[in-house]
Amino acid sequence: MEVVVNGSPKTVRPGVTLLELLAELALDPRTVVVEHNRRIVRRPALGETPVAAGDAIELVHFVGGG
Amino acid sequence: MTTAIATLQDTPFTVGGRAFQSRLMVGTGKYPDNETMTRAIAASGAEIVTVAVRRVNLDRSRDDSILHHLDPKRFFLLANTAGCYTAEDAIRYARLAREAGFNEFVKLEVIGDQETLLPDVQGLLEAARVLVKEGFQVLAYSNEDLITALRLEDAGCAAVMPLASPIGSGLGLLNPVTVRTIKRRLKVPVVVDAGVGTASDACLTMEQGVDGILMNTAIAAAQDPVAMARAMRLAVEAGRLAFLAGRMPKREVAVPSSPLEGLLD
Repeated sequence: MEVVVNGSPKTVRPGVTLLELLAELALDPRTVVVEHNRRIVRRPALGETPVAAGDAIELVHFVGGG
Repeated sequence: MTTAIATLQDTPFTVGGRAFQSRLMVGTGKYPDNETMTRAIAASGAEIVTVAVRRVNLDRSRDDSILHHLDPKRFFLLANTAGCYTAEDAIRYARLAREAGFNEFVKLEVIGDQETLLPDVQGLLEAARVLVKEGFQVLAYSNEDLITALRLEDAGCAAVMPLASPIGSGLGLLNPVTVRTIKRRLKVPVVVDAGVGTASDACLTMEQGVDGILMNTAIAAAQDPVAMARAMRLAVEAGRLAFLAGRMPKREVAVPSSPLEGLLD
């Protein structure tokens, strides 16, 4: 199934959780903040939150800025 | 002299219930490379450093997390909402930043115009009210307007940050009188943010009596950012000390420094 991660379409297997998605992308859940369909998902809930087709997921972190 | 000792021992810079020794806050953007940034920030003596919230780069062509280069135990990370043009966006970015788990402080920017990057006062106030209610310590990037500053204070902001001149312009402190008025009228700290270009700008700004300065481009875009960071540190300290010392009155006529008595016939 297809979801949108950081604005780009991505094919994931049905039923994948946000935590599994992060692992697949080789991202450390401690260094990334996850927004799922405009709702922030806290770290402890990542493993219990499945992704559905068409979901919008934003993965953000801190970069240099003023 | 006891007064001199009292003057030399400045009070800490306190904002949102936290105390800091340095009155210089620095950004982490636009450096030629991360090593220069790390060395420049060390040379600046800053404790508070600003960071931006952005998407993780998923193609891994570059690893751009700032936390690989800044120890969050050593520096107080102040997330900004740079790039936000509506209250809604700024609130979204602030919530994401807080979720990173470092602190509840946010440098709130709601920009109203792409060319000047001047703040959208209405959006700023709207976002500030929401975020204060959610428990954020809001440091609001504002234009140098007294009424806006008073409204932001009323909204519960932890600090108001009037600009010296537009972001990244390096034009220096364009409106010292208004900035001084804002400082005199507000109870919360006033930190001048944006527009400082070189050390004399920073010194002149601190001489107005404001609580601190936040800058990024003036250091990052200098030919030698590490040297400029050191210059800014000294300028902020010099300006602060000159303010505390109290300058002599200006006169439009000369007053001799040497005695008039004892001159030869």
